[in-house]
Amino acid sequence: MHLLGILLAATAFWMANSGHYESLMLGFAAVSVVLTLILSLRFKIVDREGSPYVRLLGFLGYVPWLTWEVLKANWVVIRACLRADLDISPALVKVRTTCKSDLARVTFANSITLTPGTVTVEIQGDKMLVHGLYEANTVPESFIGMDARCARAADPKGAAA
Amino acid sequence: MPEAANMMTLDWNTIRIALGGAFCLLGALLCIIGTIGVLRFPDVYTRLHAASITDTSGAGFVLLGMALMAPDWIVIVKIVCVLIFLMLTSATSSHALVNAALTAGLQPKIGPMRKGQPEDEALP
Repeated sequence: MHLLGILLAATAFWMANSGHYESLMLGFAAVSVVLTLILSLRFKIVDREGSPYVRLLGFLGYVPWLTWEVLKANWVVIRACLRADLDISPALVKVRTTCKSDLARVTFANSITLTPGTVTVEIQGDKMLVHGLYEANTVPESFIGMDARCARAADPKGAAA
Repeated sequence: MPEAANMMTLDWNTIRIALGGAFCLLGALLCIIGTIGVLRFPDVYTRLHAASITDTSGAGFVLLGMALMAPDWIVIVKIVCVLIFLMLTSATSSHALVNAALTAGLQPKIGPMRKGQPEDEALP
């Protein structure tokens, strides 16, 4: 089942990237796809995280919101970079996440890091150490919205992973 | 008459090249701003914030501009792939860098920075 997911993804990826559909090229495609499957079997990464298509819709809803957040945060950091006097006040805060699964936690931590002005320094269980450029913007409360959206986008419905 | 109409209406091919070029320029400008930030900020942790401008909006706008100027859809697919992988890996590598700095025992500077740079204070 998960193997089929990876097979489909690898084939679609090859088709979208090559643009050549002669029989020789398709033969090379088959060989490389099979080789990828053998390698991922040997790495033992054929599992639920290897083909996370069930939650694709959730992610598709999450990405536009994250893009907007990243753009807003970019503006703040750009102003900090170009201001004549350096008025930054870096801070380290502990953020507690409500995300249950590893995938949701990684999504949350990566979202924090991707947003300019905040970086996830360390993850331990459900606590994250976040370094921020401005003390006022880096309070645990400011991450609640992102946390809830990550949990909704990536956590499996009901069961804890 | 048709020639005159052609002169009046801008077709999509002209617009997208101009728009793509503008987006590429904007991305390049943002990369420069990020670099200025890297040079100005005081320690590893804050410098990484400035570098993330280059990673996210700088690279994003350059890729958006290139997608607008792309000759066919297969190039667009590749640019979208580059964008996805860049967003996933740049966040991960930033985290690895900061985590390594903390593990190595480098203490981040906390609290408001003094007004003005140390170089400024050295001036009479």
